[in-house]
Amino acid sequence: MRHGRVRFLLGALLPALVLHVVFVLSPYAQAFYLSLTDWTGVAGSAHFVGAANYARLGGDALFLDAVRNNAVMLLVVPLVTIGLGLFLASMLHLGGRGGRRGIAGSGAYQIVYFFPQLLSLVVIAVLWGFVYNPNTGLLNSGLRAAGLGALARSWLAEPHLALPAVMAVLIWSSVGFYVVLFSAAIDAIPKELFEAALIDGAGGWHTFRRVTLPLVRESVQVAFVYLGIAALDAFAVVQVMTVGPGGPDGATEVIGLSLYRTAFTYGKFGYASAMGVALFFATLTLAVLALRGGRRERLELS
Amino acid sequence: MTRPVTFPVHLAMLAWAVVTSLPLLWAVVSSFKTDDEILNHPWSVPATPRFGNWARAWTEASIGRYFLNSLIVVGGGLLLTMFLGALVAYALARYEFRGNRLLYYVFVAAMFFPVFLALVPLFFVVQQLGLLGTYPGLILVYAAYAVPFTVFFLHAFFRTLPTEVAEAAFLDGCSHARVFFQVMLPLARPGLVAVGIFNFLGLWNQYLLPLVLNPDPDRYVLAQGLAALSVSQGYRSDWSGLFAGLTIAMVPVLIAYVAFQRQIRAGLTAGAVK
Repeated sequence: MRHGRVRFLLGALLPALVLHVVFVLSPYAQAFYLSLTDWTGVAGSAHFVGAANYARLGGDALFLDAVRNNAVMLLVVPLVTIGLGLFLASMLHLGGRGGRRGIAGSGAYQIVYFFPQLLSLVVIAVLWGFVYNPNTGLLNSGLRAAGLGALARSWLAEPHLALPAVMAVLIWSSVGFYVVLFSAAIDAIPKELFEAALIDGAGGWHTFRRVTLPLVRESVQVAFVYLGIAALDAFAVVQVMTVGPGGPDGATEVIGLSLYRTAFTYGKFGYASAMGVALFFATLTLAVLALRGGRRERLELS
Repeated sequence: MTRPVTFPVHLAMLAWAVVTSLPLLWAVVSSFKTDDEILNHPWSVPATPRFGNWARAWTEASIGRYFLNSLIVVGGGLLLTMFLGALVAYALARYEFRGNRLLYYVFVAAMFFPVFLALVPLFFVVQQLGLLGTYPGLILVYAAYAVPFTVFFLHAFFRTLPTEVAEAAFLDGCSHARVFFQVMLPLARPGLVAVGIFNFLGLWNQYLLPLVLNPDPDRYVLAQGLAALSVSQGYRSDWSGLFAGLTIAMVPVLIAYVAFQRQIRAGLTAGAVK
């Protein structure tokens, strides 16, 4: 039996481990080393340049644009998405009796809200490219039809509108998922708490603030991490939808796009790897901050 | 007890439902219009539905080919991911041996690294193996990047399963492999379905990996093909064909979702809660 056990374990673990080492672990490890070289893709021509690539990042205007845009997205996208998601999820429950049971049609609403979650970001980006089209798009022609033609804009071509337009797409595509997630969290709250709040005369806002919000806090934290990671990415939407892409004039540039262009258009693989390392540390910082914030809040609760 | 004010609540819910579905509905309706109708009457319904747009998108614009490519690559990647992921998760969850914990973290830690970091070296690894722009190359890479989450999810799942059935099977003389395939896998079905749905959508919607690793237009997956099409059709101003292509990419997923919406929502949100 013992012999069969070892053979089974080897057979179960080895193929996946080989795949993991070749395609996942070794590329990650190589990226850190490549970021310290000036490699341009020619075999044997990589020179060790120390931290020169990182020093260059600090003076690269387009990369700094990308960092700024990702930072803005990191602030705006999670906040607005979670705000809207919490609002809609608690509305789904608030309308019902005792702040608990869903309003009529709550199931149907959840089905529709979830639609964008199922579509690839490329489909969403192509679709919204049409919506934003200045002449024939859904948005401008809708505004004109409503007599608000003065508000019609070249959404993706005006520097101060392009980034908000991209963020609106990211928010549009993720709100539904978090409505469903928060809705499940609210469902898990004991019914008695809502009844007690109702008997104490708490209104909708107070019930939300004092009962719902503290008890779905953990879901909200998970949402912050996920949305933060998505905001640090944003590659597909920007690459497919914006002019340039990344334009106008760097207004929608993101780190992922800079990395992709630096590596696969300009062939500066060492420099691109340094961008990847920078993105890695940004992601790591985000996760650590969210975790530490979480610990503090849990202490307050107990 | 105060009577709940449902009207404003419904208004808010309805408003977001319209915001969500209007662009999707608009794309579907536009896919049946002529180019002239699309350009001059964006909000109108087509005078007569043009099914030819769909046929043109499917054949001339190669959406059919991209669809098939996606099916092959995602199907292969999904099967490989589930097979390897379930084996690893089961072996690590149910067998005690030295280095078990370490192996678990080696797999799971990869979930927390941005794919962008690996992108450049990954391209050269795949190139050196001669797998650039091939189905096996994409399938192997898709599986490699989907296995960590699958292990993470199923590891927890296999730990919750009862041990008695497996022990009884061992007493009856079953081999380790048979216990896994014939006893444990069927027991783990709900977990496999949940993570399978999660992986399917993740792989089906993958864009960055094929963009870098799959440069041959004949082997483009659907997301790649649509992105390329939105550029080239723009030049040829075949808007109706592009809307049809977009709709073909959207509709099967949405129909499958409406049919299995409860399981799919549960599977996808379970991924986030875990």
